[in-house]
Amino acid sequence: MSGNKQDEDPRINGIKTKIRVVPDFPKKGIMFQDITTVLLDPKAFKDTIDLFVERYRDKNISVVAGIEARGFIFGPPIALAIGAKFVPLRKPKKLPGETIFEEYELEYGNDRLEMHVGAVEAGDRALVVDDLIATGGTLCAAINLLERVGAEVVECACVIELPELKGRQRLKGKPLCMLVEYR
Amino acid sequence: MATKEEDVQDPRIPKIASSIRVIPDFPKPGIMFQDITTLLLDTEAFKDTIDIFVERYKGKGISVVAGVEARGFIFGPPIALAIGAKFVPMRKPKKLPGKVISEEYSLEYGTDKIEMHVGAVEPGERAIIIDDLIATGGTLAAAIRLLERVGVTIAECACVIELPVLKGREKLGETPLFILVTSDAA
Repeated sequence: MSGNKQDEDPRINGIKTKIRVVPDFPKKGIMFQDITTVLLDPKAFKDTIDLFVERYRDKNISVVAGIEARGFIFGPPIALAIGAKFVPLRKPKKLPGETIFEEYELEYGNDRLEMHVGAVEAGDRALVVDDLIATGGTLCAAINLLERVGAEVVECACVIELPELKGRQRLKGKPLCMLVEYR
Repeated sequence: MATKEEDVQDPRIPKIASSIRVIPDFPKPGIMFQDITTLLLDTEAFKDTIDIFVERYKGKGISVVAGVEARGFIFGPPIALAIGAKFVPMRKPKKLPGKVISEEYSLEYGTDKIEMHVGAVEPGERAIIIDDLIATGGTLAAAIRLLERVGVTIAECACVIELPVLKGREKLGETPLFILVTSDAA
């Protein structure tokens, strides 16, 4: 199976047709990729998870890291199916215990992604999951967090890629698996 | 941490309870925060948690699992997938991109809102509402009101943890509450 778009699989088109594009959200000019409509279709949602599970179940993945908040929807079902821990990567001040953080750039200003100390161990093999990759800034921050504690990031997995934003190039050489492109 | 009396027969509950970490003085002094992230690191405990909910709700005509942002997003989707229901995220304001309906609820100081997409659910559907924990019950009560406004029946609210001293159950009116673990810390 290629490390790119799963374009041979007949389930992909069913998922793609369920994604709703909302124009001008959160601001004018942005065509927002709304995955909540995929979640309303039990078959499309199941197919989405199954595609990722089939890819990762025999890869000895010990950690699925999900990026708040939509990564929390896709990450846990994958983690449960492949027998991996689920680790939430969160906005600042949400995680209650001791954390480490990684800063990343937004269009205007910076933000931070945090992870609990001790959640991930050196030698863990990790997946990073989010609903969508745009510029890749958040995913890059996630990769940095995991690598800092000695985990190996095997792949990033997203339902949707916006290839024109070239996020794939910001993943520190890590492969990206996505299901649907939006141009 | 105590286990609910009627669940003492389910041998999975004690392990789930012991996998939850209590963090003192978060988010502010005096609060003993119930941290479920350690449960998520225990693959057996996480699987057991989901299995208990799935066993309870499968085959009961539940077509909607509504999960409250953000920790309800962790427990809700696996349950929805296993019982063949839709998953509907209930979010803080301005996060959902489409047309929304909102419900306000009280905080200790001030108010907050919970939102849901218009059209996500249909009148006549049967729903369960999932969150990691029920404290005062304010958020869950708002979620119930939001779904009922669009004609959905809430079969039950389901949480991993209850803090009974905060009497959240009383805010849920007629809607039953199912929980796995109670904690006296509040």
